[in-house]
Amino acid sequence: MKFDTPAATNPIDRLKIVGQPLDRIEGPLKTTGTAPYAYERHDVVPNQAYGHVLGSAIAKGRIASMDLAAAKAAPGVLAIVTAENAGKLGKGEYNTAKLLGGPEIEHYHQAVALVVAETFEQARHAAELIKVQYAPAKGAYDLAAPRDKAKPAGTDDEPADSAVGAFDGAFAAAAVTLDATYTTPDQAHAMMEPHASIAAWDGDKLSLWTSNQMIAWSVGDMAKTLGISKDKIHLMSPYIGGGFGGKLWVRADAVMAALGARAAKRPVKVALQRPLMFNNTTHRPATIQRLRLGATKDGTITAIGHDSWSGDLPDGKPETAVMQTRLLYAGANRLTRLRLAVLDLPEGNSMRAPGEAPGMMALEIAMDEMAEKLGLDPIEFRIRNDTQVDPEKPERSFSQRQLTECLKTGAERFGWSARKAQPKQARDGRWLVGRGMAAAYRGSPVIKSGARVRLDAKGTVTVETDMTDIGTGSYTIIAQTAAEMMGVPLDKVVVKLGDSAFPVSAGSGGQFGANSATAGVYAACVKLREAVTGKLGLNAANAQFADGQVRSGERSIALADAAKDAELVAEDSIEFGGLDKKHQLSTFGAHFVEVGVDAATAEVRIRRMLAVCAAGRILNPKSARSQVIGAMTMGAGAALIEELAVDTRHGFFVNHDLVGYEVPVHADIPHQEVIFLDETDPLSSPMKAKGVGELGICGVAAAVANAIYNATGVRVRDYPITLDKLLEKMPDVG
Amino acid sequence: MATPRENDVKRRTLMAATVATAAVGAVAARAGAQTTPPAASPSSPAGAAAPTLKVSFTVNGKPRDLDLDPRTTLLDALREGLHLGGTKKGCDHGQCGACTVILDGRRINSCLTLAVMHQGGEITTIEGLGTPEKLHPMQAAFVKHDGYQCGYCTPGQICSAVAVLEEIEAGIPSHVTADLNAKPALDDAELRERMSGNICRCGAYSNIVEAIGEVAGRKA
Repeated sequence: MKFDTPAATNPIDRLKIVGQPLDRIEGPLKTTGTAPYAYERHDVVPNQAYGHVLGSAIAKGRIASMDLAAAKAAPGVLAIVTAENAGKLGKGEYNTAKLLGGPEIEHYHQAVALVVAETFEQARHAAELIKVQYAPAKGAYDLAAPRDKAKPAGTDDEPADSAVGAFDGAFAAAAVTLDATYTTPDQAHAMMEPHASIAAWDGDKLSLWTSNQMIAWSVGDMAKTLGISKDKIHLMSPYIGGGFGGKLWVRADAVMAALGARAAKRPVKVALQRPLMFNNTTHRPATIQRLRLGATKDGTITAIGHDSWSGDLPDGKPETAVMQTRLLYAGANRLTRLRLAVLDLPEGNSMRAPGEAPGMMALEIAMDEMAEKLGLDPIEFRIRNDTQVDPEKPERSFSQRQLTECLKTGAERFGWSARKAQPKQARDGRWLVGRGMAAAYRGSPVIKSGARVRLDAKGTVTVETDMTDIGTGSYTIIAQTAAEMMGVPLDKVVVKLGDSAFPVSAGSGGQFGANSATAGVYAACVKLREAVTGKLGLNAANAQFADGQVRSGERSIALADAAKDAELVAEDSIEFGGLDKKHQLSTFGAHFVEVGVDAATAEVRIRRMLAVCAAGRILNPKSARSQVIGAMTMGAGAALIEELAVDTRHGFFVNHDLVGYEVPVHADIPHQEVIFLDETDPLSSPMKAKGVGELGICGVAAAVANAIYNATGVRVRDYPITLDKLLEKMPDVG
Repeated sequence: MATPRENDVKRRTLMAATVATAAVGAVAARAGAQTTPPAASPSSPAGAAAPTLKVSFTVNGKPRDLDLDPRTTLLDALREGLHLGGTKKGCDHGQCGACTVILDGRRINSCLTLAVMHQGGEITTIEGLGTPEKLHPMQAAFVKHDGYQCGYCTPGQICSAVAVLEEIEAGIPSHVTADLNAKPALDDAELRERMSGNICRCGAYSNIVEAIGEVAGRKA
């Protein structure tokens, strides 16, 4: 199905099942420990051996020699895979560094060997016996150092630079200006389930049970890496214990399991050990961001400039932290620039809302600072610079844009008017209390997505698509879509996901999954409805699917009857035909935060959090709300604690486990409130939905930072806002 | 750098040798495993079979006898030996709580203890609390309040939550309990503090606390 004209009224608009806050259909499995994650698949293939990955102890250089003798002689060892014996390997299209290093080493903890043994304990022990001699080389590890050498770098979709009007002159002439530099650190996905895979060969065919967000990409990259054709690979990932972008790609667990299984001639399972994950896999790259804002005295932005520096391995990509600045606020004279330095740290790549998450961390503090300079309320300043068209290309309008409504709704619900504009004015016992806000912005891309639907003689509808559910609620919203389209209750729908034998979907990433994948299911269901009416001899044009019946005119026939002779199967994809180019599809929101800062110790506690989101039709308010509170939680972590500490001498992230890399825990997070504005977006898809899982993180950290400023009068521009950055400038303890 | 590693290896070798004399000729077969026990591989050096120790404990009311590599954690005994995959390995270092089980009435990180240390122990895992058809009230509350997303930390959260309510009931104080002589309150601060060893990276905390609160209210 081609989607190239705005969606008209369709069966989804009935909203009997879609749009309802239903419990997740896989909930009983997840809460009883019976949902099968990759490493637990004892059921799929017998005789599984255990693989353990050894990571490089240097960041850059070469392996001079490897002594495997002791490891080979250790009890239970079946095989050892290294670059020397693995045969010729390619590199995945989506990988920057190779997944098996040697002799050349590209980053710290790059996999250099896999030991396969009868048991986990034996594999782990033997891996410790491998003796590696390295010849280290000099690397670049400090983003601040080679900043001047950083080169312009865009992405496939976005140019490195954008310019409108004459920024320099306008900024110089502006009545009120801000020129400030902000930094965001390297961050880790730190999903709870480590990267894990079971690989089994049957002749030249590979079965891979893994934990992966993008099935088709990963089949392609496994094929490219192993040098086999895609049709030899069966990849399955029905349950994924979190990803946040860290499982968009094939990683070392998958490739090493496949190589290990080939070498040991047995199925092999591999999970990356937690302390390996932070340096072995990908992370969100650190940024240095310079924001320049110029405005008239009444608060109209006349110049807006955003430069961002990030680093990555050779041939890597920039963190696109200026993206939102191209679209969020009006202003006649504009300049954005992305610069990329070559660093020899582990591979930087997508993490929840790449680009906008760190970009909004900087931009939305700058907006707060500018509002203060102008003597304007920060909400009013943002409303004054709202735009309904792409400010760089005014001929493009936003498909929907309710930023102002989000800000106003949030202000009212949060009690913003009670906030003191001057910092240091509110006190609650030992706590300095502050309130802050930020806008939320994230693009809402759409991607071609396919599905197959089956109807059986019992009236059960089965959906098959390689779409994944990484905690986002895909199972449930896909079931809701099929139930609504076919007029059956939710319990008559079976959803099968994450299998490369199923039609290729959008996958989970970039907050494109929910809207694109359900639209693909919609398309397949339209075809199935046609098959049903054809089979039943009903008029497709006026047939109504409801309550397990198909009605047309005077006639009403049970849906199941259409499949009483043989199962009906329909397959289709949704293909997006340019509405997303003609218009800008984006989601908007507003974050409000109240913090308490201990007057003596500068300990920060978040007391209240509210998000207001305008993100198209909300397919399931319960799971969508969870996406937003989860993103708010990750944003709170980004604001206060999350930072991969770089050892700039040896080139690695020092705090590579879940104690060193702190993420929010229960005690850090208060009750969180989320409001979804009523919105449908007929330009987005037949579902009229958009993404929301990444919108929720964009702006949160800045709202926390602004609240801390409001509480203490201390402006911190370097994340995370830890006590040491506050203490020196804290007001005297009164 | 090399010295501690070598010492460590020697210590391990010594330990393995000592154990081998106690459990002659045993292979790494694990009682209760449903798949075929690993066949002796031609590439395994002869006589290098892993030394094992026997241990018996009760899991979810069922007596279990295992013959384990003594290095096996309780977590791996459950997951790999008994194929009870509900108990999750998130970090293997006691940092995340995904492996939480209830051992002799107290919650424990099962990755931080060796299985052979628990002769005669009574273990309850997530599978022992309820089934998809018959959910434990805490499991049902997690579903109702959407107290999870990816589901990987969920079994640990639920095992912890069940034990937390019992700890409060038993009057065991926490870091945030103001009065050590009074029964701890069942408020959000207590729940959040006590649940803070269970990380949820999806960030379902707000919903999890509501789910626990509902179950606690029902109990009270």
